[in-house]
Amino acid sequence: MSDQTPRPAGGAMPPLDPHEKIDLAALLEGIEDYRPRRKGWHWREQVPDQQLHKFVYKETSKGLKNSIPLPAAHYFGDIDPQPDCVVTSEIASGRFEDDIRRMRMAAWHGADHMMVIRTAGQSHMDGLLEGTPEGVGGIAVTRKQVRATRKALDLIEDEVGRPINFHSYVSGVAGPEMAVMFVEEGVNGAHQDPQYNVLYRNINMYRSFVDAAVAKHVMASVRMAQIDGAHNANATAVEAWNVMPELLVQHAINSAYSVSVGMPKEDICLSTVPPDAAPAPCMRMDLPYAVALRDLFGEYRMRAQENTRYMEADGRDATVSHVMNLVISRLTSADIQSTITPDEGRNVPWHYNNVAAVNTAKQSLVGMDGLREMVKLDREAPELKAKVREIKERAVLFLEAMLREGGYFASVEEAYFVDSGIYPETHDDGIARKSDGGVAAGTIVERAADYLAPVCHHFGENHLPEGLGDGGAVGGAASTGKPCDLIGGCTLCDAEKVPFIDELDPEDNVSARLAQTAELREKGLIKPEVEWAADGWVVVTMFLPAAPRVAEFAALEFGKAMNLRDCEVINKQVMHPAEGTLIELKGRLDAVVDPATLTIPPESVVMSDAEIKAFVTEKKLKCVAATVGEDEHSVGMREIIDIKHGGLEKWGFACEYLGTSAPVEKVLDAALEHAARIVLISTIITHGDMHRNNMEKLADLAVEKGVRDKLLLISGGTQVTDELARSWGMDAGFGRGAKGIGVASFVVRTMRERGM
Amino acid sequence: MAREDTYLQIRGHLAELSDEQLEARFWELAQQVVDPLVELARTHTSPSIERSVLMRMGVDSPTCMAVVGECEKRGLLEHGAGHVVLHCGTTWGCSAPEAARRLAAGEGWDVVAQKWGGAA
Repeated sequence: MSDQTPRPAGGAMPPLDPHEKIDLAALLEGIEDYRPRRKGWHWREQVPDQQLHKFVYKETSKGLKNSIPLPAAHYFGDIDPQPDCVVTSEIASGRFEDDIRRMRMAAWHGADHMMVIRTAGQSHMDGLLEGTPEGVGGIAVTRKQVRATRKALDLIEDEVGRPINFHSYVSGVAGPEMAVMFVEEGVNGAHQDPQYNVLYRNINMYRSFVDAAVAKHVMASVRMAQIDGAHNANATAVEAWNVMPELLVQHAINSAYSVSVGMPKEDICLSTVPPDAAPAPCMRMDLPYAVALRDLFGEYRMRAQENTRYMEADGRDATVSHVMNLVISRLTSADIQSTITPDEGRNVPWHYNNVAAVNTAKQSLVGMDGLREMVKLDREAPELKAKVREIKERAVLFLEAMLREGGYFASVEEAYFVDSGIYPETHDDGIARKSDGGVAAGTIVERAADYLAPVCHHFGENHLPEGLGDGGAVGGAASTGKPCDLIGGCTLCDAEKVPFIDELDPEDNVSARLAQTAELREKGLIKPEVEWAADGWVVVTMFLPAAPRVAEFAALEFGKAMNLRDCEVINKQVMHPAEGTLIELKGRLDAVVDPATLTIPPESVVMSDAEIKAFVTEKKLKCVAATVGEDEHSVGMREIIDIKHGGLEKWGFACEYLGTSAPVEKVLDAALEHAARIVLISTIITHGDMHRNNMEKLADLAVEKGVRDKLLLISGGTQVTDELARSWGMDAGFGRGAKGIGVASFVVRTMRERGM
Repeated sequence: MAREDTYLQIRGHLAELSDEQLEARFWELAQQVVDPLVELARTHTSPSIERSVLMRMGVDSPTCMAVVGECEKRGLLEHGAGHVVLHCGTTWGCSAPEAARRLAAGEGWDVVAQKWGGAA
């Protein structure tokens, strides 16, 4: 393990207030002095047989201090069980200052692994970027952006009460530098797989492997988690299900290489994706692969990723695929459950889709909690058994052929990888790379007899003076001194030595971007957004009774009619070739709302079910209800009283419904006859002030009969407001959208206040 | 060249292996594939590796870029860019970041040339 000099964090901020937005300006203040407070990966703390509400959970971890539970949680005591595995959210907006806000939202829903995608092209940059330039499809990963994000995550993890892992990429031409910077800045995990460079980035293969050894060794010094890149093969191959044997080979090469350069197996996470999707019988195809992988790599960690290969623009379709992927995670195993946003098939992920994906994972994992104890894979089932064996044998044949070919480099030259045939079948469509070609070809140099690197955690030949080990790296020999004694300490041992560069570009930086939206922030104005502050994007869902292509162009016209700019159809689904098409249209809305100008009626406070029930039972509460006047509407009243609709009966109110077109005299008589304390009248029709007259008449009658103070008179209807109803003699009025819980809470609260 | 699926024809030697033996063979082969790669990495360096050494010595990224670029040009990477900076720092009695800054500014390459040869 590394030496970590504890030091007070520079630029410290007060804890986040759940009711306040994160202060971006304060976050950037003193950033040059901020240092990470911990390093390395954090796994969730498992709680065996966790008791929550009325349930016992078998596969959950320590709960959160602040979180937003699943939508149905209010039926279950508002619990928010956290699954056993780490849950990932991938964030790629290109502006770290907006990513940070999204991370906070994702963390509240249960993500504890924030994976920040890099800007397009960064993997080909031979060196580090500095400052805060805007990225495309991800951020430019620079020290300042990484540090500011880590600082924000430190605040967010305190707010939710669980450590959050920050993650990005140690791939590309500058891997060793990226690894050092990540270790210095407290990044907790990274993708690192030289095969990714070779196959998908066409970076020279010698350079990729030589660099990877140093990068991995540095990552291991603080126990960063490593995720490999094998899943890219099934995201790339034409018939993804055929690459299964190759996937095992790719995982094995990166895993064996990582262990050989000093990385502990338990920090090595295999990025694995169920390769198929419906309408293929995907689970039957993918399970044998998932099993074979876990058989072979039992000492390693599984990072279960969701399928993107067959993802289209329909969020429902993507979500169902992902839930099936999650079933595989639960039936086999997952240490990290990654999530793919349901909109990734149409655009760069949007704020709320990160949350949606995290919730899909949380809901599925919690819903399947402990299922494995009852539903087990039948390892002896002929198809499963045969397929598992076959995939392993094919992978062994693949490795044998590689060695016959002359090893890894020769095999890549011969296009062994990402071939869509199931090995040993080949379709001759694999990716071929030249060993002397690709980006940064010819840049590795043999170390001379006096090669020296006076720093810690350096991999490979290093001719240090006697007595200096490799800095206590994993597997390093015991020694009295450290290599960096030669220079009085390196940055991995002394955080004070880490240099900081602020900005290099006076225009392309965070201050310039924040200035563009400063007015909105300062005045607290609201503008819709999905990706960046004030980007204005909104989505309109519409069904158009037209054929798909016609519907698409008609939708663009509707977009214009709604004053939306830059309209684009992001999803269309044929309901019927002639009868109609579902369209999702995005467009920019150039409008802001000043909350100060809004009239927002106070929110009615609702009580808990238990509290209402206890009161109703104790008082044996009865109510009479009717639609009054010449009015035949009954739906609204039914919603308020029927148990089926979550009405008053749910809490034990005895309700006498008198029907429609009831005269108010009859209503009051019935109340007295049944000794009811609550009178509910519904008034929908308003012409001739009928609703007003009926309310006033009811109130007057109650006074005349001397029972006004014994009764609660409540009216409801689409045109009723609480204010109007009270002014017409009622105790309360309930308008459009009212629910039984609101009425019940009002009754209990008011009767208590009045000592009724 | 495309090839039919010959799995059934070529798997004969694996058929008799138990699952454990098959898994052990898988890992043995994987290790054989990576061993030469590890050896290559152990004995070689690259510009990014050398910049990562300078970074660990407290040098900022543009300075790392300049010094390693110059070392590459002068054929000095094989000795280690950190070695070059260490040598100059020791000679001048200054810190590593300071020595790197001077080298990046074009100063002091004569000190380097004295030790390892090449143009001053």
